Amino acid sequence: MTASGPFVVEARGLVKRFGADTVVDRIDLRVPRGGCFGLLGPNGAGKTTTLRMILGHSPPSAGTLTVLGEAMPAAGRRVRARIGVVSQDDNLDPDFSVMENLEVYASYFPHRRHRPLRPFLESLLEFVSLGDRAGYRIQALSGGMRRRLVIARALVNEPRLLILDEPTTGLDPQIRHLIWSRLRALTERGTTVLLTTHYMEEAERLCDRVAIIDHGRILAEDAPRALVAREVEPSVVEVRAGERPPPPELARQARVEAVDGVWHCHTSEPGAVLASLGDYPELEYLHRPANLEDVFLRLTGRELRD
Amino acid sequence: MQGRSAGHWRLPAPRALAFAVWRRNARVWVRLMASNLLFHFGEPLLYLLGLGFGLGRFIGEMDGVDYFAFLASGLVASSAMMSASYEGIYSAYTRMVPQKTYDGMLATPLEVDDIVAGEMLWCATKGCISGGSILVVAAALGAVTSAHAVFCIPLLLLIGLAFAGPALAMSAISPSYDFFSYYITLVITPMFILCGVFYPIGSLPDALQHAVQALPLTHAVALARPLVTGAPVEHALAHLAVLAGFAAAGFYVSVALVRRRFVV
Repeated sequence: MTASGPFVVEARGLVKRFGADTVVDRIDLRVPRGGCFGLLGPNGAGKTTTLRMILGHSPPSAGTLTVLGEAMPAAGRRVRARIGVVSQDDNLDPDFSVMENLEVYASYFPHRRHRPLRPFLESLLEFVSLGDRAGYRIQALSGGMRRRLVIARALVNEPRLLILDEPTTGLDPQIRHLIWSRLRALTERGTTVLLTTHYMEEAERLCDRVAIIDHGRILAEDAPRALVAREVEPSVVEVRAGERPPPPELARQARVEAVDGVWHCHTSEPGAVLASLGDYPELEYLHRPANLEDVFLRLTGRELRD
Repeated sequence: MQGRSAGHWRLPAPRALAFAVWRRNARVWVRLMASNLLFHFGEPLLYLLGLGFGLGRFIGEMDGVDYFAFLASGLVASSAMMSASYEGIYSAYTRMVPQKTYDGMLATPLEVDDIVAGEMLWCATKGCISGGSILVVAAALGAVTSAHAVFCIPLLLLIGLAFAGPALAMSAISPSYDFFSYYITLVITPMFILCGVFYPIGSLPDALQHAVQALPLTHAVALARPLVTGAPVEHALAHLAVLAGFAAAGFYVSVALVRRRFVV
């Protein structure tokens, strides 16, 4: 596989064990060049560990891993020179201003430095709508501004592959939409985006392909719409039913999950379900198309993960 | 277990990119230079003026050297130790753990080897600035009688490296800041008291005299003192070898321990 091959990440039989725990369990993963690829999974599914292996920070216990055409973790330095990373934690440098954060970070990429650097860094700040904040201290930035600055920082080396670990967790809708639009702009320019998220809406809007991962294994991988079409019924009727059990006719028309006082009726015949519900005018319900969250819950189950 | 730790102890292979880490720290320091210099001059200057003038009046000469010059030359070495050690524990730990600076760096071509090398060089630089500050004050007060004192500058860098390695290793294994008071109390302070800064180690009981030969500050003082006072330097290579040994071993061990913390 060369750097111009069709996959930016290619894992075969990848395993990561910590002692007796197998965190990543023989996964095969291919992230195509271009577009946005989502790694979805509950907490502890193995997403972050997979990203750490891709970056060369965690030597695989078994299997092979190729990133941008080079074998990892051996080619760590060369590969990271062409990758941008937006980590889950805020690790901006509090000793520096916004612009200094970018300048110092750029100095860690010896061969990819723009000349002159300053206008390039200013354009990165503009790109994430922080053009007027160059001189601000990090402590003076809101959470959303910090996340955008981390994104700008991840672009100082003009990466071929941008990796984001839960990029919009804890952010308000305005910021999330801004970040989504910036990520789309990047993919349009040819940058490959690989992200983890547990927001299914985010994955559905942003990702061309997603892999759903749980207990260290990939459960399904495809375009979000194809997954919805393949893994679940096209319609969902959610009924607020309280303690009462679902009537038997409903169970014939839909796959019904009764969870915490709500019947989730997954069905190909929403008309029939709604007609049956007409017999119970006191019940409130919501009819919606199936989405990636339904796929996710079907594949990973509903039990809590902490 | 063997398989997991094997990679951490392979030989370090730092690259020139380590200087980017050094520059990052230097840039933070320059921003707060005035208050930083005050700190570097402050405490050792207090010792120098308080003990040098206060005790010096009663002591006169020690080991054939004016006590003020004797003490100043010891403090040049010990302040390099203090400064490099404090940078290697409190400041480096802040970058390593709570501030997550290393996590950010490791997402770039930097490896742990480069980061530790850059940190050690920076700790040594701070040791050099500290020791150099004392040297300047001592010279201004007429206590520096030999032009050989300029060789203190490279010596101070080596002293800084010798103490930076162990300090960074402490940071790498530390669960919190509290841990460092053990290191200061059990390692650094005894050296400060016992290794010849305030009096010649010849005045210690025999057993202790042998024991302090194993401590790097003894060798740092043994080199710095004659350079400042103009006396001939004895056993220079042996002293340099001990300091270089601590620096090299400290680098190797701290790289391995920082890898253990970050590459899992």
